[in-house]
Amino acid sequence: MAVSSGKDVRETRIVTRRLHDVANSWTYDNARADGAYEMWDEVLRRADPADIHAQVKASGLRGRGGANFPTAVKWESLPDVFPRYLVINGDEGEPSTFKDREIIEKDPHALVEGVCIEAYACKINKAFIYLRGEFALGYDRVVQAVADATANGWVGQNIKGSGFDLDIVVHRGAGAYICGDESALIESLEGKRGMPRIKPPLPIHAGVYAKPTVVNNVETASTITHIMKMGGEEYAKLGVGRSTGTRVAAISGHVKNPGIYEIEFGMTFREIIFDLCGGLRDDRELKFFLPGGASFQWLVNCDEHLDQIYDIDDISAKLGTTLGSGAIMVYDDTTDPLLVAWRLAKFYAHESCGTCTPCREGSGWIEKILYRMSHGLGRPDDMDLLLSASANVSPDVMRAPFTQTTICPLGPSPVSAVASLQKYFRAEVDAACANQPTLIPVSAT
Amino acid sequence: MTAGEATKTTVTVTIDGKTIEAQPGELLIKVAQDHGIYIPRFCWHERMKPVGMCRMCLVEVDGIRGLPPACTMPVNDGMVCRTDTDAVKSAQDGVLELLLINHPLDCPVCDRGGECPLQDTTLAFGPGESRFVEEKRHFEKPIPISDLVLLDRERCIQCARCTRFADEVAGDPLITFVDRGDHTQVLNFPDDPFASYFSGNVVQICPVGALTAKPYRFKARPWDLATVETSCTTCAVQCRGAVQSASNQIVRLLGVDSDAINHGWLCDKGRYGYEHVHSDGRVLTPRVDGDDVSWPNALDTVADILRSARDLHGGATVAMLGGAHGTNEGQYAWARLMKSVVGTDHVDAQLGDGLPAEAVLGLPRAQINDLDRAAAIVLLGPDLKEELPVLFLRAKRAALEHHIPIIDLSAAPHGLSPYVTHRLDVAPGEQGPAAEAFVAALGGAGARSDAIEAAAAAVRDRAGDIVVIVGRPSLAERPEATLQAAAALAGLTNVRFLSALRRANVHGALEAGLAPGFLPGRVTLDSGRARFTEAWGAVPAQRGLDAEGILRACADGKVHVLVLVGTDPLADFPDRVLAQKALDTVGTVIAIDAFETESNRRAKVYLPVTLWGEQSGTVTNLEGRVQRLGRKVSPLGVVLDDWRVAAELALRLGVDFDFELVDEVTDEIARVAPAWSGGSAALVRAARDGVVLPVAEHRDGIVLRRGGLSLGSDDAVSWEPIKPDDEKVPADPETTIDDTDADGVELTAVDPGASGTELHVWDRVVADHLRPPRDNYALRLVVGRTLYDAGRVVEHAPSLATLARPAELRVAAADAQRLGVTNGESVRLTSGRGSITVAVRATRGVQPGCGVLTFAADGRGAAELIDASAAVTDVRVETLR
Repeated sequence: MAVSSGKDVRETRIVTRRLHDVANSWTYDNARADGAYEMWDEVLRRADPADIHAQVKASGLRGRGGANFPTAVKWESLPDVFPRYLVINGDEGEPSTFKDREIIEKDPHALVEGVCIEAYACKINKAFIYLRGEFALGYDRVVQAVADATANGWVGQNIKGSGFDLDIVVHRGAGAYICGDESALIESLEGKRGMPRIKPPLPIHAGVYAKPTVVNNVETASTITHIMKMGGEEYAKLGVGRSTGTRVAAISGHVKNPGIYEIEFGMTFREIIFDLCGGLRDDRELKFFLPGGASFQWLVNCDEHLDQIYDIDDISAKLGTTLGSGAIMVYDDTTDPLLVAWRLAKFYAHESCGTCTPCREGSGWIEKILYRMSHGLGRPDDMDLLLSASANVSPDVMRAPFTQTTICPLGPSPVSAVASLQKYFRAEVDAACANQPTLIPVSAT
Repeated sequence: MTAGEATKTTVTVTIDGKTIEAQPGELLIKVAQDHGIYIPRFCWHERMKPVGMCRMCLVEVDGIRGLPPACTMPVNDGMVCRTDTDAVKSAQDGVLELLLINHPLDCPVCDRGGECPLQDTTLAFGPGESRFVEEKRHFEKPIPISDLVLLDRERCIQCARCTRFADEVAGDPLITFVDRGDHTQVLNFPDDPFASYFSGNVVQICPVGALTAKPYRFKARPWDLATVETSCTTCAVQCRGAVQSASNQIVRLLGVDSDAINHGWLCDKGRYGYEHVHSDGRVLTPRVDGDDVSWPNALDTVADILRSARDLHGGATVAMLGGAHGTNEGQYAWARLMKSVVGTDHVDAQLGDGLPAEAVLGLPRAQINDLDRAAAIVLLGPDLKEELPVLFLRAKRAALEHHIPIIDLSAAPHGLSPYVTHRLDVAPGEQGPAAEAFVAALGGAGARSDAIEAAAAAVRDRAGDIVVIVGRPSLAERPEATLQAAAALAGLTNVRFLSALRRANVHGALEAGLAPGFLPGRVTLDSGRARFTEAWGAVPAQRGLDAEGILRACADGKVHVLVLVGTDPLADFPDRVLAQKALDTVGTVIAIDAFETESNRRAKVYLPVTLWGEQSGTVTNLEGRVQRLGRKVSPLGVVLDDWRVAAELALRLGVDFDFELVDEVTDEIARVAPAWSGGSAALVRAARDGVVLPVAEHRDGIVLRRGGLSLGSDDAVSWEPIKPDDEKVPADPETTIDDTDADGVELTAVDPGASGTELHVWDRVVADHLRPPRDNYALRLVVGRTLYDAGRVVEHAPSLATLARPAELRVAAADAQRLGVTNGESVRLTSGRGSITVAVRATRGVQPGCGVLTFAADGRGAAELIDASAAVTDVRVETLR
């Protein structure tokens, strides 16, 4: 069951090649020697923004932040209004997700170059790189990269005589997970408390300072340079179905070799966990794993789940979960799923921005119930109460993709763990909660 | 395309099977509400932008996955919505369960208990019991966030109504959310209290008992309150309100949402000023020579004084000041008494701090709503935030929501300064030339400066009228400076004026003829002579003196009897030296008032009268809008209404006014005053937003109310905009309204010329007052009032009294440096008149060479420096070190 595929499984390093192969890849000289800004130089010389659109469209690139929205389609919805802004979402705050951090810290010039090309394609003269507040090193390196790029004439006024101006502002967040939501990020960028905005209007129509704003993930922007280098059609040959190219996955938990792996879409989870990452620590048995970061439903140790291919559309159609933020968390058989669910809920309860009632109050309540369940104080009907309380936040608890009564998807995030407990570990949870008296009346949802 | 399609501007939506026509872009929750479908909500308030935070208004909409909130969902054609499905009910139940898990449920000791939207909504839509067994979240209970407002964060349900009000409506973003998750709380910033002039509104719109106001805390339970709709008479905006009492004590004033006036908001001075009605400082019995006497005794004494003055020396030896705080009826009765019975035209309701009736009554008048559709707003008056706070809110809203350019002719920075688009930096007293240059630039002449050209360019192509807010920008300059500017602007074809005189019913007083040269109903002595000689028997032969002239005549011994009706010249007249001399010299002072003041302490006879809350009748606001007052409590002691005092005096002087009820006075006004032609007491009672004078001109805008005041739903819930039921007047002027609730009022067409008397139009002639040259060693003063001054309302309302701040001189930073003074340091100011000591503060926006001084309304301070006859006031500044 939980064994290696036996194949020769390798990464497909496109976005992460430089940070693996070049020593001190974050310095301008080393990155430049490795070809940084060559593509930007060529784009400027070609002076054909429509070609960038065409290449990105042909590549089938979809947003790498977790929503998987096709990047070219986003660009096409830009209204004919100026000024417009580009915002790079580097507020990578989801538990277990650290793939953008690697790019930010080790290959900031790839990001800056991607920002340049994207801004050029979208006729944008001002870009903001919003970094998670805790990225102290990453902030220093991106700031240095922007300074070096500016000093060398890749960013600034009339870049290389092209007549194109681009100003890049690096902004550090203040430590709120909610600012990973693009509209909350924009609020924060504008100097306000990070709280998601009501949509519509979408940021593409009215984002920063109510102007059209393209918001892209760090990995998405970094990939654009490579798409231009390879050619969109060539890039689209990688991957499977509508999931083209590669995805940088952050793999953590009870595997022998955790870290970031650039995976071509189409690989199975078995290959990822048992071949790329070398299997579980001490060769223990796999119990369950989170295929898409902390916010989505879990998968367990069975052939159906392990042989599921890493494909954006296939996994949600077949298993009702998603690849989310590109993080995979692996747990062995020593793990108490209740404890994992509680710890995740505690994160969401702490990070709920307080805007809408179901998330503000619901995440705290779910955390409190899970706390007693995971600390030996659970009551026999707590799981039902949990499902019922969760339904206040996400009315169809067990259905995926989830529905929500909140503005943004932070609200239903802890509910994914609850649904996973119900789906795969109900017996274990019931056993853990059998010894306390029932006190709480549970009415039908 | 057929004509029908071309003109179709509405969309059709279906809510719960009901087909509804709505305006595109209207919010679903509002459309439903307007058609009798109540979608529960906490955060949505129709006067503020939606935030979709509470999630109580989730509904089902065909074609949209999940449950969208109705408060952020604009309607579009063909939308089908359901508000009553199982999924919606389950979501409502769920949201309420979550709102209550951390709510303390301390309803028995909560002021909101009994009128609480959270209680009511839980009963109607929520779960019966809680499944939450953990300890609730705790915060310190309650904490003061300002001198007036306390915050209980445990009760708060984070609807953001208060924070949005502070930010969007009041422009005082002093409270905000802090912390996250279920510890999210509203808080002010450290050492920065929620010191907004509008803080009481957040208490009214709070859907729980989280925000409470000091004046009402623990004073009453909602079910013990009785409510009457009324107008606030703290300033001339006259916001609609609902006054509530328990045990014959006024305990609360709530804002009523009048589209025409206040949109439901009140300023704190208006909201909490009711406390002065129950002040221990009230005089409750008539006095003669300081001794309590009976009313007949006191009235006989006054009548004797007036009769002997009239018969021995002529009516012109009697003068009357004041009356701007009374009702229209009181003002009319006093105007009739003085002008026809005593026979004097030395009558002025203003106190040298306003503008002459000729200009105020004779300019084309604007309404507050005109601000929202103006080509531009020109500021030619005082600081609206300090003097007419809710008009400030409306002007600010016009600027922010409707993007109306604001052209500022003020000499000093003011509350609207942040919203001004074109500041012309006019020196004190020099509005006239600036306005003339602006008018010339509008006409295409080369502008005197870039600022003026930019202002003219911003207005030139805009549709609509220019609305000029005209008042007295500074008490330290002659009114001619403003009049000259108004005269220039009045020469434009598309211009209207909104009077910014501040005293509560000063516009009623001018309409009632409490001004020299005027008779009731916007007519001058000459044009109204025939009409009023017939109605009254006699009118004065020639124009009398204004307040300044009256005080001078008192000082010169020409006036022997001075009648002070609710006024205190020693405290309120800008020139204290003149006022002092007048009161020291005049033979007899008669006071009609509710409080003892410095001026009326020397009165021979003191007649105590009723105050707001104890009176019925009508008042007139700065638009000329006549509205009713609600009488809520019985007056203490033996005080009388002011109209009755005048009628009793007239009777003793041989003229029977024949007034039994206040409505009879109103009806007489409507009968004899030309501007009132077509009006009546019954019409004012039935008109939802009052009646704007002249009635004939504004008849089409009258909306008759169908029912009485409706406070939210069926009980006295105040958190929703309080609106009376209404019914639009049919467009056909021949149609009459037959509605018993509207007192059978009939609205018939009125021919404006039927009264046979021409309404006054200003001839725009302004006397020239030469300004002295600027003296480089002196500061030219700009003196304006402040909301919490030492006036009678603030002084006698305990909650407000502590908010009064001492006067302060604001100067430009460069001048402060030049004078070598630091912020807060005391300096001596000396004018030709006198000298005072005040603290100085360097302030951004003050012009170099100017000093901005607050008028304290206690007779000290600025009034010691001002010479009423001088065009401007210059002061020397000395440090006291």
